[in-house]
Amino acid sequence: MQTLGALGVLAAVVRRDLLLALRRKSEVLTTLFFFVIVVSLFPLGIGPELGLLRKIAPGVLWVAALLATMLSLNRLFAADYADGTLEQMVLSPTPLGLMVAGKILAHWLVSGLPLVLIAPLLGLQFDLAPRALEVLVVSLLLGTPLLSMIGAIGAALTLGVRGGGVLVSLLTLPLYIPALIFGAGAVEADVAGLGAGGHLSLLAALFALAAFFAPWATTAALRIALE
Amino acid sequence: MNWHSPAEFFAMGGYAFYVWGSFGVTALALLIEPLLLRKRRSEVLKNLKRELSAKERSQ
Amino acid sequence: MNPKLIAWKYASPPYFYPLAGKMIPWFVALAVLLGIAGLWVGFFVAPTDAQQGEGYRIIFIHVGASWMSMFLYLVMAFWAGIGLSFNTKLSSMMASAVAPTGAMFAFLSLWTGALWGKPMWGAWWVWDARLTSELILLFLYLGFIALQAAIDEPRRADKAGAIIALVGVVNVPIIYFSVKWWNTLHQGASVSLTQAPSMAKTMLLGMLLMALCFWMYSIAMALVRVRAIMLERERHSDWVANLEEVRS
Repeated sequence: MQTLGALGVLAAVVRRDLLLALRRKSEVLTTLFFFVIVVSLFPLGIGPELGLLRKIAPGVLWVAALLATMLSLNRLFAADYADGTLEQMVLSPTPLGLMVAGKILAHWLVSGLPLVLIAPLLGLQFDLAPRALEVLVVSLLLGTPLLSMIGAIGAALTLGVRGGGVLVSLLTLPLYIPALIFGAGAVEADVAGLGAGGHLSLLAALFALAAFFAPWATTAALRIALE
Repeated sequence: MNWHSPAEFFAMGGYAFYVWGSFGVTALALLIEPLLLRKRRSEVLKNLKRELSAKERSQ
Repeated sequence: MNPKLIAWKYASPPYFYPLAGKMIPWFVALAVLLGIAGLWVGFFVAPTDAQQGEGYRIIFIHVGASWMSMFLYLVMAFWAGIGLSFNTKLSSMMASAVAPTGAMFAFLSLWTGALWGKPMWGAWWVWDARLTSELILLFLYLGFIALQAAIDEPRRADKAGAIIALVGVVNVPIIYFSVKWWNTLHQGASVSLTQAPSMAKTMLLGMLLMALCFWMYSIAMALVRVRAIMLERERHSDWVANLEEVRS
């Protein structure tokens, strides 16, 4: 059997997780539907006045994306933890960080990317301008992987802990706040005519920081959970 | 001296509610925390004594 | 005996427990003295403010509480990090001991901030950058405490708490910066509770005394709490069984 290089490991992990997710399509789709439903709740709660909706759209869409990601986080490690696969991963000579990165990537492809793709449709419901919709998509494209990365830390820390779901929210939502501020802020800045460049650059910086630190923190948390 | 009478002191120039609301809650917190800790310590000691006497009796 | 060895000795619970016990009364005494001095200066020496009248006196608590909530978070993260890196139980216990007091000061900072904001700016909460960051800091504290409470196995709780504390510490400047950015963009010339009145020296003195009082108080509380934690976690060990307060 040939030994896989780093990219090979990554691809193998991603392929496996995608396959598993496709077999449980319902779990995947519920995240998407949650996103859509939550976004629709706001006009129902606030009123259909388009001027107001246009104003709150970036915040609403981003918060809904945050919450939808939150809900999908337990899928990241729970199944593998339950059937012992995670333990095998931790014990194997393959670098755990690489496998964790693969799992996060797969998680984002399944839970985050659909949100990015459907967001423009929802943005139209809020009467956002075309260019604002573009900025929205870019901000979510940068933001949802960031949310998956930060969320992975929380998911790893709370593996098998009681009250897991709510606890993960309490741990992760404060850490999501900078992403929320810059992501929603980018769209608002564009709408206000100030240009989204600054916000998006900061979001990209957060992405880079998380890409560097999150796998490390997540692997540390996994080892602690599996000791 | 800032205050010409106790009444003036308690009135805090009309801000009594806010000033005493702040200092009062702070004083409360700084009293409750030590009290809760004292209770925690006495409970731990009580349980420890019980455990140890049970162990001694069974030996 | 080699001084390093002496210091190392106190890193073990059976030696630190009595030492902490002896230190507590001193820190309590310091806290009381500083508190009395601070309150004296705050109420009887510091003058009335030209713009804010007597209402400004809340800063004598608000500023000290804010500083302590931030400082204690750093202390907590420091001890948690030491406990994680060197596998020293007592360091992790210290982190857990500091957390509730830090959370309490974060709450007091918010409470006094609201009571200060209402008469000055007309609203109980104005989403000022500092107060909002303080709120998020409270959430970070609560997350740490909740995580440790949810994990039954003590060493796992120690280490998991350390990870979240360290992640939090890295995020605090990021969060503060992003909230400041958010606040200035949305409010323009922002309403800031930190635009304190031009400080008379006596006002600064009062603030400093109260802050030091809170610091001494925090140390005392952390020592009391860490002793309780030691008793709880080390309950099956010999040194606990041989303690005077347990044998009596």
